[in-house]
Amino acid sequence: MLVPVQERLRLDIEKWITQYGNDRSSLIPMLQEVQKKYSRISEYAMQVIADQLSIHPVEVHGVVSFYSYLKEAHKGRFEVRLCRTIACDMAGRDRIAQQLRNELGINFGETTPDGRFSLEWANCLGMCDQGPALLVNEQVFTRVTPESIHDILARFRREMDINVFQQAEEH
Amino acid sequence: MNTMKTNTNHLSFSDIDKDAGLKKAFSMGRADIISELNHSGLRGRGGAGFPTSVKWNLAAAAKSDQKFVVCNADEGEPGTFKDRLILAEFPDLVIAGMTIAGYAIGASKGIIYLRGEYSYLRQSLEEVLARRRAQGLLGKGLLGKENYAFDIEMRMGAGAYICGEETALIESLEGHRGESRNRPPFPVDTGFRGHPTIVNNVETLAWAACILAKGADWFKAMGTDKSAGSKLFSVSGDCERPGVYEFPMGVTIDRLLEAVGGTHAKAVQVGGASGHCIPAAEFKRTLAFEDVPTGGSVIVFGPQRDMLAIAKNFLEFFTEESCGQCTPCREGNEKLLEGVRLLEAGKCSMTYLKDLCALGETMQLASKCGLGQSSPNAFLSIVNHFKSEILGRKAAAPAGR
Ligand SMILES: Cc1cc2nc3c(=O)[nH]c(=O)nc-3n(C[C@H](O)[C@H](O)[C@H](O)COP(=O)(O)O)c2cc1C
Ligand code: SF4
Ligand code: FES
Repeated sequence: MLVPVQERLRLDIEKWITQYGNDRSSLIPMLQEVQKKYSRISEYAMQVIADQLSIHPVEVHGVVSFYSYLKEAHKGRFEVRLCRTIACDMAGRDRIAQQLRNELGINFGETTPDGRFSLEWANCLGMCDQGPALLVNEQVFTRVTPESIHDILARFRREMDINVFQQAEEH
Repeated sequence: MNTMKTNTNHLSFSDIDKDAGLKKAFSMGRADIISELNHSGLRGRGGAGFPTSVKWNLAAAAKSDQKFVVCNADEGEPGTFKDRLILAEFPDLVIAGMTIAGYAIGASKGIIYLRGEYSYLRQSLEEVLARRRAQGLLGKGLLGKENYAFDIEMRMGAGAYICGEETALIESLEGHRGESRNRPPFPVDTGFRGHPTIVNNVETLAWAACILAKGADWFKAMGTDKSAGSKLFSVSGDCERPGVYEFPMGVTIDRLLEAVGGTHAKAVQVGGASGHCIPAAEFKRTLAFEDVPTGGSVIVFGPQRDMLAIAKNFLEFFTEESCGQCTPCREGNEKLLEGVRLLEAGKCSMTYLKDLCALGETMQLASKCGLGQSSPNAFLSIVNHFKSEILGRKAAAPAGR
């Protein structure tokens, strides 16, 4: 059964509204659900959420632009976030950053052309005793070495190949 | 998850029967709970050190049909990770502390605001909440109090350090940009959705549960007169055994460095990016509210560290995380960062450096919230203690970045 993406998005948002309620305080949990499932928060998603919460879409936009975990632009299925803060900096962050660029062929702030990976900087991940640290989506990796980057990414590449049907879609 | 184990020394939390404090509290009057806490001398473990009993008392006295208890698990201060350890290993103590707080102030709802970066802890916390509901330790009529209900919901942060500041956190909970509010009014009076709300750090809540379990005197026997009890420290940087260490308040920096294998340090940063840099000559100083105050982060800098690079890293952090609402913080941090770049290039005069320090002092006074007020601290203390190291550099060949 093929349902157009926009339709599916709308149905999802309606489902989440019944779960979280239509008070303004549900806004961020709603946005987090959309971000997680669709890898971005489109103009259309913001409009539907604004309607449901009876607020202006500009309000929703203002919130999305404030938080670094909420993004309107397309992001990869897997978001790699490398900690750039002090303890990880001291533990060799720059070499990890370089190796990530090499393995992914993109710079920080970019997404691979196949839509699999985005590369971002993060601030302190609370793993300062075990740096350098990075997150891939919700999973944390610590004491990362330039050498281990390849294996970490390969894990997610494989997962992606298995779940071809779950790939983030345009909407 | 592949995180390696965090080093610790012996933690008091592991000696405590996790629900003893809760059961004790529910057998006491509300005023008696707050009075016990008052007697213990517990002060907030999130950094500011506000007396916990005073906060609870204000919220208890406020008149409202709804009140809230918020556990601040946004732990974003660079170099801080003790709350992560507490949430992973002693979640019941934290939740018991919230439940005690809820009962003491007359709240029916608690919220754990967990930073997005700690999403991997969410499921286990939800499981603990579910288990406690099933055990009758949360929900309607908990612990036999038929007319009382208290439950806890989890909310996730979305990647903004400023949301650890309690009024920004409340803005975020309400579905707004995480921009700090003017105070007063204070959250104990006008908090989440306009209702009295107490916001407490993860560790504060866990200690509150311990104090109810073991008594105020047990807690007060540790620490100093002005800083009662003991505290968890997140230690990272150039030392042999980084990790989470418990010490009585008032421990000297020397003593802490010995425990973690960092005695060769030339300086430590106490209190994270917003804290102060303490040079080796001052390692006899104590970690306590009356001397070097801290939310518990200690970053160790070995003899080879470039102190200017450290100041730069902190300022990059603040330019990124400033919410941008007020000028001293938004523009000031950019200016200080530019100054650091000049210093790096060996192009900063003493006169200009003095101007930058004056700017830093203005930011401390004129910024709207704690972020801007504390953002120049690291820069100022590094300039103060390491002038000869940072002035008159030869323009270095650009490092390979
Ligand atoms: C920029 C900024 C960030 C903060 N981040 C945190 C945090 O992550 N966790 C925390 O407990 N307190 C944080 N605080 C302090 C809170 O505003 C508040 O004082 C604290 O949660 C009160 O709890 P306590 O009295 O138990 O320490 C922050 C303050 C500022 C100004
Ligand atoms: S001091 Fe900084 S973080 Fe605080 S309100 Fe002003 S701009 Fe925002
Ligand atoms: S500095 Fe990287 S995890 Fe804290």
